[in-house]
Amino acid sequence: MYEHDVIVVGAGGAGLRAAIAAHEAGADVAMVSKLHPVRSHTGAAEGGINAALQEGDDWELHAYDTMKGSDYLGDAPAVETLAKNSPEETINLEHWGMPFSREEDGRVSQRPFGGLSYPRTTYAGAETGHHLLHTMYEQVVKRGIQVYDEWYVMNLATTDEADPNDRECHGVVAYDVQSGNIEGFKANQGVVLATGGPGQAFDHTTNAVSCTGDGHAMAYRAGAPLEDMEFIQFHPTSLPSTGVLISEGVRGEGGILYNSEGERFMFEHGYANNSGELASRDVVARAELTEVQEGRGVEDEYVHLDMRHLGEERIMDRLENILHLAEDFEGVDGLVEPMPVKPGQHYAMGGIEVDENGQTCVNGLYAAGECACVSVHGGNRLGGNALPELIVFGKRAGRHAAGEDLGEPEIRTGYGDDVEDETDADLPVQPGEAGLDTAGGVAADGGVTADAEGILERTVETARQRVDRLMDKEDGVQHAEIRAKLQKAMTDYVNVFRTEEGVKKALRLIRECRQEYQDVYVDDPSRTFNTDLQQTIETRNLIDVAETIALGALVRNEFRGAHWRQENQIRDDENWLKHTLISWDEGEPSIFYRPVILEGENKTYEPKERSY
Amino acid sequence: MSTQQAEPESQEAPEDPEMKGAESPAAEEQKGGGMVDEHAEKRAELEGETVHIKVFRYDPEVEGKQEPRFDDFHVPFEKGMTVLDSVMYARDEYDSSLTFRHSCRQAVCGSDAFFVNGKQRLGCKTQISDLEQPVRIEPLPHQEVVKDLVVDMDHFYDQMHTVEPYFQDEDTPATDDLEEQRQSPENREKIKMSSRCIWCGACMSSCNIAAGDNEYLGPAAINKAYKFAMDDREDEQIKEHRLRILEQEHGVWRCQTQFSCTEVCPKDIPLTEHIQELKREAVKKNLKFW
Ligand SMILES: Cc1cc2nc3c(=O)[nH]c(=O)nc-3n(C[C@H](O)[C@H](O)[C@H](O)COP(=O)(O)OP(=O)(O)OC[C@H]3O[C@@H](n4cnc5c(N)ncnc54)[C@H](O)[C@@H]3O)c2cc1C
Ligand code: SF4
Ligand code: FES
Repeated sequence: MYEHDVIVVGAGGAGLRAAIAAHEAGADVAMVSKLHPVRSHTGAAEGGINAALQEGDDWELHAYDTMKGSDYLGDAPAVETLAKNSPEETINLEHWGMPFSREEDGRVSQRPFGGLSYPRTTYAGAETGHHLLHTMYEQVVKRGIQVYDEWYVMNLATTDEADPNDRECHGVVAYDVQSGNIEGFKANQGVVLATGGPGQAFDHTTNAVSCTGDGHAMAYRAGAPLEDMEFIQFHPTSLPSTGVLISEGVRGEGGILYNSEGERFMFEHGYANNSGELASRDVVARAELTEVQEGRGVEDEYVHLDMRHLGEERIMDRLENILHLAEDFEGVDGLVEPMPVKPGQHYAMGGIEVDENGQTCVNGLYAAGECACVSVHGGNRLGGNALPELIVFGKRAGRHAAGEDLGEPEIRTGYGDDVEDETDADLPVQPGEAGLDTAGGVAADGGVTADAEGILERTVETARQRVDRLMDKEDGVQHAEIRAKLQKAMTDYVNVFRTEEGVKKALRLIRECRQEYQDVYVDDPSRTFNTDLQQTIETRNLIDVAETIALGALVRNEFRGAHWRQENQIRDDENWLKHTLISWDEGEPSIFYRPVILEGENKTYEPKERSY
Repeated sequence: MSTQQAEPESQEAPEDPEMKGAESPAAEEQKGGGMVDEHAEKRAELEGETVHIKVFRYDPEVEGKQEPRFDDFHVPFEKGMTVLDSVMYARDEYDSSLTFRHSCRQAVCGSDAFFVNGKQRLGCKTQISDLEQPVRIEPLPHQEVVKDLVVDMDHFYDQMHTVEPYFQDEDTPATDDLEEQRQSPENREKIKMSSRCIWCGACMSSCNIAAGDNEYLGPAAINKAYKFAMDDREDEQIKEHRLRILEQEHGVWRCQTQFSCTEVCPKDIPLTEHIQELKREAVKKNLKFW
């Protein structure tokens, strides 16, 4: 058994920032990550980091844009914390040596991004995430923080009181990918989940293969609710063949979208008469798909993004990476031809419910980064707002887990007297439980509260048995088959456009995947670097996460942000200024709601119609 | 349920002798429109065909795999298919024990550097239509093989850490007043290429010197040091400290300018040039001391 004060699971932007903060707060901290830190998906981020740095801009404008962008589903205390702290955190990165793009006077450059009233996106070419990830990893090396890389975290070791608010998290169980050994990691002060997004629930995604929602699923099964999972961002410009992202920076720099008839459709068809290509992402994604559906798509599939007019010099200076991506993955030379683009799954606005300190309702369990929902993005994330979230809330989670006092949070978590119960939605199937063999849920059975070590040992034992069962089983279904079916169901029915009937179909298919998963087996008999085993466990997590996305999409029968419902194409503020929460209740999902907090420090954000 | 539609070593899907890939590492160096057309042509030619890949297999634990061997797979070609796509297909459809690292599939995570047709390349960045068939896919040479295409990267990471790869200026202004350090666009441009390294290890694996001298820092680590040494934001003293690390017995002077690292780097980093420049810097500093 390993033992540290704070265990950070995941070593992307959020995890690295949390670890550095916990270390600075004096804790003995360790990172456990299924990938070596520099392989994390944060490295793929292209566009930039929003921070109100310049004169004429200020955090209040940033907060306002973010609330509006969120379609008034962001919680003001979280949004304001983000906007206030982002400048300091961004400059801090600069002091750590991050190679930002520069102006003539040597200051960091900023550029316009969708939905922003000021050019406040700080960037490093079109490789911002790469530099952010490497810069922070360098600081982890500098501080000598212990990293267990290529260790896959399977489970949280949590007590099992009936009410999740009374539970305590004492550590994690992980297996060493290289050797197959399963071990406990005891956390004396706290566990921070920073496991990234769940993009692999969809088959056309900009997310890495590693983005399998592991943290979501582990926290969910440990009793922390998942919040606003129906809000999935589909990015308007991904390459059709692979889903590889073409940064919003292209439109920020002046790139133009055309349909097959050569029309600049954002304006000509009235989707966004003021902002055009720079309207918020949900607006542009719907516009593109409408063009395709109405027969004005190229090859009935995509539209064109043109940046040729920007000129080679500007492209090379600010968007060089985009040229490489278009050429390597689509065979298109962006200097001489327009690039094919279509919407692709990109970001999960929802996630593990946490407060401003990153804490979940389970004591000692924290979450930060894309796997968490504070919520700053509400119904729709503005481009350039995820990276500041990593550094602002990653840092807060790390400090709080290390015992620093950050004040009383305004955001509440877990089931309490401020929530609205139940839903009258009619669920097409009884989703949820998929049998013991696949559970791998929280620690102890028997209801006794043992000491931390005892709980950890028991969780390790359960995990070992689960792996043994998967490995010993000789025949059955393989995860790849189930995963493909799940991804297809989500892409077919829980995509940019959603109908009640479609979402119900998805839920039925997800249920089938659960059923099939009971018969899953691992073909590779080796304990050495068994990716077959790892992917099998990941697939179980994807099923859980996909189910919450579809359930959320079913019950929220309004249109808000990225969540469009055919039956009801208006935002329903009267009934829906609230978060959807789904918690795992004795093997079944249960749904409840918590009101959105629109009161900020000095003002209340009044919902207005969102026009661009 | 069996998934063995095309078993390893089975030659069911006939190899098409007509299919000749456009194997030309040099073509990768060329830029410009001509190449795009060539791509399109090759892809059109392969449409509807299967691609023959020969994949290195080894597992220390599994009987029958302890003796290294190659398995043959025939995977259906799809437009835009990369080497990574082909091994993923083989794994998901034919043999789930086929093991390799991969994640971003967009050339930024650096986890899928393989030895493809005799050259270190990123699987996700290499189009199948550019290669001669059968495509031979092997783990990176000069690194210990853990299993199939997975190699032990510890030594590579150790070398990276040896050069103290972190910003270390101690007199940075306090962050409270939001004052960044200034850096000229020119200086940023100077370190830009070196800052692109994704730690894939291709350069180390291609380097003859590194193969013969385990202590040699190697091109990636030296390039990492270059990024810091050339950044004007760090002061002179720290730069000297960095040069001293680079000058040590197994540092820059071991490089014999064979350019193999530069040739394989998927990020087009001019590694050899950077190493040469550091040698010159080291000489300059030394002159001061003597
Ligand atoms: C292509 C792309 C471009 C983007 N561009 C921008 C942009 O310009 N600006 C912006 O603000 N946002 C951008 N985003 C969004 C943003 O980059 C991500 O939301 C963010 O990087 C996620 O960071 P993270 O630290 O939460 O997770 P990640 O960086 O994904 O890290 C997850 C970590 O968790 C580990 N992990 C996962 N599961 C386990 C497990 N079971 N056990 C152990 N470890 C585990 C992984 O190894 C990894 O280290 C972009 C996203 C994508 C996909
Ligand atoms: S220098 Fe190039 S080849 Fe070497 S590790 Fe970095 S990216 Fe890979
Ligand atoms: S899969 Fe990330 S570099 Fe190839």
